[in-house]
Amino acid sequence: MTVYVARRVVLAALVVVGVIIATFVIARVVAGDPAATWAGPHASAAQVAAARRFLGLDRPPAVQLLSYFGGILSGNWGLSVHTHQPVLSDIGTAAPASLELVTIALIIALVVAVPLGLVSARWPGGLADQAIRAGSILGVSMPIFWMALILQLVFSQRLHWLPAAGEYSPSLLFSHPLARLTGFSLIDATLTGNWPMLGGILAHILLPALVVAAYPAGLIARMVRAQVLDTVGETHIQMLRALGFRERAVFGRFAMKLAWNPVAAAVALVFGYSLVNTFLVEAIFDWPGLGSYATASIATLDTPAILGVTLFIALVYVAANLIVDILQAALDPRIRLR
Amino acid sequence: MIEAPTPADIPGAVLPQGQALRRGLRDNPLLLVGGLTVLLIVVVAVFAPLLAPFPADAGTATHPFAVLKPPSAEHWFGTDQVGRDVLSRVIYGARISPLVAVIVLVIACVIGVPLGIAAGYFGGWVDEVIMRVTDVFLAFPSLLLALALAAVLPTSLTSLTIAISVTWWPWYTRLIRGQAASVAGRPYIDSCRALGIPRWRIIVRHVLPNSVTPLIVQVSLDFGGVILTASALSFLGLGAQDPTPDWGLMVAEGQNYFTTAWWVVTFPGIAIMVTAFAFNLIGDGLRDLLDPRRSLLP
Repeated sequence: MTVYVARRVVLAALVVVGVIIATFVIARVVAGDPAATWAGPHASAAQVAAARRFLGLDRPPAVQLLSYFGGILSGNWGLSVHTHQPVLSDIGTAAPASLELVTIALIIALVVAVPLGLVSARWPGGLADQAIRAGSILGVSMPIFWMALILQLVFSQRLHWLPAAGEYSPSLLFSHPLARLTGFSLIDATLTGNWPMLGGILAHILLPALVVAAYPAGLIARMVRAQVLDTVGETHIQMLRALGFRERAVFGRFAMKLAWNPVAAAVALVFGYSLVNTFLVEAIFDWPGLGSYATASIATLDTPAILGVTLFIALVYVAANLIVDILQAALDPRIRLR
Repeated sequence: MIEAPTPADIPGAVLPQGQALRRGLRDNPLLLVGGLTVLLIVVVAVFAPLLAPFPADAGTATHPFAVLKPPSAEHWFGTDQVGRDVLSRVIYGARISPLVAVIVLVIACVIGVPLGIAAGYFGGWVDEVIMRVTDVFLAFPSLLLALALAAVLPTSLTSLTIAISVTWWPWYTRLIRGQAASVAGRPYIDSCRALGIPRWRIIVRHVLPNSVTPLIVQVSLDFGGVILTASALSFLGLGAQDPTPDWGLMVAEGQNYFTTAWWVVTFPGIAIMVTAFAFNLIGDGLRDLLDPRRSLLP
């Protein structure tokens, strides 16, 4: 087990090094001349040269890469051109809202998709199966920015069931101000017993979370179906049937138990994907997370901010995969013996 | 895109023909629906100038007196913020994202397949180097890397195509590597070597054809994913620019008028969804057809 974990950690560290090099290449090679961007469109040649010295771009590339590495490791991710704040502190402010959004979305996706996948697998080829398969394929085919606009139009502009935008209604700011403990609004509201605020945030998070949930729900439903169908053919499941367990228990309790492992791996992968999908959703719902920050950075050509967010999400992605790998190995001895 | 459910790496799988194909189609009506829809999209794209009621509206034409008109007998999908016919623009849009997807997938295969074959066939340090590089690329969610690249490149459809291609090839390298490695270890390849057949000929005539079937399924599955990625980047303003009738861009342009003029956003969005859906149905159906385990199911 220790060898397995050590191997995984080393591989993950190698990937992180590669990811940092990749963002460096994008920032310094692909992005044109950062000094010219920094100095502004009307800068003279002397000002661009000064910016180049100030940004350290006159040094050899290898030295620049090393200092970039040092900066990343010591928490200096550069200054945002747009907000004039350190990129890392901007990300620290924005990340909790996005992590909450994605977590709620994945909970919705699991609650909806696991039962649907099980129904699909229990009567394969049937009408329900065809409908659920079509629905899950539709879920992964959804242009989510469009779905966000449509849901917003229908449920908040026309039906007035749910708030259209923001994290909570502005009036709560005065009547029930949110005390910041962890930075995660839902957790803070719960910890301080601020129930009106908690309800307000939940009402505001619902629409964007539904939109972000579309892709993971489709993926998970298809996965559960495939995994359970794989499992029910195996001898130990036939044994359970022979022992007289009902079909419901055979599927829900035993076949699903074996399906959880790959489903958990997919959820970890899709967590990173959903964080990127917030780029397409948050700005529409004015949700104050990484997605809104990233779209604002794209609009202002704020390269350090764009690459900071890129690096951050890639790190979350690598970390999520690593954690799932290790958890799976801890739970399932077949994996660590491989 | 992730394709987590049963990956298509079934060694030695071949596309069924004749009766088997007909039975497969009957058992999976969704595949048929997807195929017919894709056919329809291709027809629309090819005959766009004949089908569009106002072909000039796909270009620079503007009609200041017909701005944001709701759907009517004359303009079935209404008109947009400069008075252009939305139906005509949606029809011409069938020539843009699907074409971008074709180009991206061709580039991804041209880069990914040779690297995958090299890694799988030669093994050793070639394999190590190539696979560690793909590991790094696969550590980014593909939309994220494409977005970062498209954001720093000059804004254009070409940049968008390049940005997505760069993120897509590692999937194919990984897929083909597994296939090629298993083919390379089989006895008939050893016989070829013993007969003194040149290495390039073994690769081109034997390893490649025997590794390529799962790739076909994966490419058809990825078509929808590329279209969604491309339209997402266009929506963020990182692809085509006005007046190009790109679906993602049309949704982005319409969102400012959305509360009063729903049609400008709704129809191009439906076009994206239907296209991605149709290709995903085909990919999903093909994977089932190729999966021998399917025959065990009731």
